[in-house]
Amino acid sequence: MSVVTDTTTRIRLTDEGFPDLKEVQWIINPWDELALTRALELKEDPGNAVDKVTVMHVGTASHEHVVRKALAMGADDAIRIDAEPMDSWDTAFRLAEALRKRMPDLILAGIESSDYNGGAVGGLVAGLLDISSVSAVSGLQVQGGEITVIRDRDGGRETLRTGLPLLAVVQKGIAKEPRMPSMRGIMMARKKPVSVIKTETTEPLITYEKYELPSPKPPCHMVDADKPDVLLDLLEKEAKVIRLS
Amino acid sequence: MSVLIFTENRNGTFPGYIRELVTWGRQLADRMQMQAVVLSPGEVKEETLAGLGKYGAGRVLCVRVPDPDVMDNRFYADVIMKVAEKVHAEIFLFAHSNTGKALAPVIAAKYGAAYVSAVTGIPEQANPFVVRKKIFSGKVFTDIRMKTGKKVMTLAPHAVEAVAAYREVTPEILSVGLDKARITTRRLDVHTSQGKVLLTDANVVVSGGRGMQNPGNFSLLEELAGLLGGAVACTRPVSDEGWRPADEHAGQTGKIIAPDLYFAFGISGAIQHLAGVSSSKVIAAVNTDPDAPIFEAADYGVVADAMTFLPKLIEAVKRRKSP
Ligand SMILES: Cc1cc2nc3c(=O)[nH]c(=O)nc-3n(C[C@H](O)[C@H](O)[C@H](O)COP(=O)(O)OP(=O)(O)OC[C@H]3O[C@@H](n4cnc5c(N)ncnc54)[C@H](O)[C@@H]3O)c2cc1C
Ligand SMILES: Nc1ncnc2c1ncn2[C@@H]1O[C@H](COP(=O)(O)O)[C@@H](O)[C@H]1O
Repeated sequence: MSVVTDTTTRIRLTDEGFPDLKEVQWIINPWDELALTRALELKEDPGNAVDKVTVMHVGTASHEHVVRKALAMGADDAIRIDAEPMDSWDTAFRLAEALRKRMPDLILAGIESSDYNGGAVGGLVAGLLDISSVSAVSGLQVQGGEITVIRDRDGGRETLRTGLPLLAVVQKGIAKEPRMPSMRGIMMARKKPVSVIKTETTEPLITYEKYELPSPKPPCHMVDADKPDVLLDLLEKEAKVIRLS
Repeated sequence: MSVLIFTENRNGTFPGYIRELVTWGRQLADRMQMQAVVLSPGEVKEETLAGLGKYGAGRVLCVRVPDPDVMDNRFYADVIMKVAEKVHAEIFLFAHSNTGKALAPVIAAKYGAAYVSAVTGIPEQANPFVVRKKIFSGKVFTDIRMKTGKKVMTLAPHAVEAVAAYREVTPEILSVGLDKARITTRRLDVHTSQGKVLLTDANVVVSGGRGMQNPGNFSLLEELAGLLGGAVACTRPVSDEGWRPADEHAGQTGKIIAPDLYFAFGISGAIQHLAGVSSSKVIAAVNTDPDAPIFEAADYGVVADAMTFLPKLIEAVKRRKSP
């Protein structure tokens, strides 16, 4: 589970040119919130053989309150790998090391973190662990030793059957709405364990050299409401995005 | 050494992005003084494979996979790595499609190679190798230095223009030893919406928000989409209300799409909605409110009641299509 800046945040750059994240609100990455919701549904459904849901996060103590929210939603426990992630490789390397020691049957990751849009960690962990993975998963059932997933492939939707262990990279549709923590959930979360562990890592493989705000877009070209033909001309001849004749 | 460009195929034909992807790979290969090699496993006809020479592919390779229901990332990663060894691949390029996004990081993990998804251009030079991408859902650009010898990337949609650069190629069918025991993921079933243009494939998307007033008015959008050969999308409240099916909802929590033209009717332009459509090449918007935020994101705008403007627009399109 990754912790990200709230998606409505207006991003400014500091004088040094880095995204200014001082006053932003931190939330559970929306995809991970949906993944956790589905995991909890699977655990509650007696037909699905899931008996424990653990949240794993690489991050410093400063985000622990967001990890607590996952416990309040209903996760049984949490493992926080204590480190400031350097890049997605570093994150994945640490997660893989921790997972090797307590290999679960099913690992869920989000399709991307909504801030850095890396889209990397899930697939990297699957590669590092050399386990099966499926991406763009929008439906998931566990029956006995087998998992059925629905995934969107460009051009259609497919039902796949896959074995364990599996890393599923999930997207929209995996759960309908993220589950809200209940009052009781919040009380119970206080007693749930967050184990803090250390892992080895390697050098980062990428570095962020520079950030830039996009140059302001030219103002919108307004067309008179009585002149649909002018709009079509612009789309056809200026922008060249439609072809009618 | 080579740049290995991976592409999926659907029942033997290449997806629409193939021209951009091969163009990008060829330009990068030229800059790096490498060869551009395309790999598409599966059952693709030789003449279809040879067609990739048109965009500058130096070699085109295919590995036959007899069972089309094998949908296993690990298996395809093995195929790619075996081929990579034969062609001395240093750089691995994928489309930013669901298939590309699934395979690219697995390959990167196997090699311990730097991975960047959705890059928007070609690096200026081989060393340092710096690529650009958008983060914070398009609100910031960042330049990322990839520090390993082998590098893996996916290409953001519309990042490059397809440019023809004819090269004569003879497709090569390779056989690589494959370990079938590693296949654990198989397809049971496919559901493609027959006859309809898929939202994620469409060059033109006609989309409606709450400003369309009621589900009945979406027939106007369907008619326009039909005339333009496009697909229909909507905002989240529209699908939440059940006016349109959930799989048409675009945005941060819906589909992320990047058509050539995104046509927004009665959509306010909330940041979560824009997160899913802002990579479109051109955005045109129709809204009654001249201050609607959608006009800040749009290239072309009309301040009008959608229900009055749409019939006029549809008439104008019909007139042009049958002069
Ligand atoms: C965590 C989170 C995630 C979200 N994810 C998404 C997402 O993925 N996708 C998404 O779309 N939303 C998402 N939303 C919701 C988003 O914030 C907006 O509420 C939503 O996009 C607004 O939809 P709308 O533009 O259809 O409706 P409104 O905001 O109600 O806008 C309707 C527009 O129609 C115009 N209008 C009214 N009548 C007419 C007329 N007759 N002709 C022309 N124009 C007219 C109005 O001027 C107005 O601008 C998310 C919200 C949150 C909090
Ligand atoms: N710091 C982290 N700790 C745990 N999981 C993470 C972390 N960063 C990313 N992930 C997982 O990887 C997914 C994709 O993230 P990313 O590759 O950063 O876009 C997220 O949805 C999470 O499931």
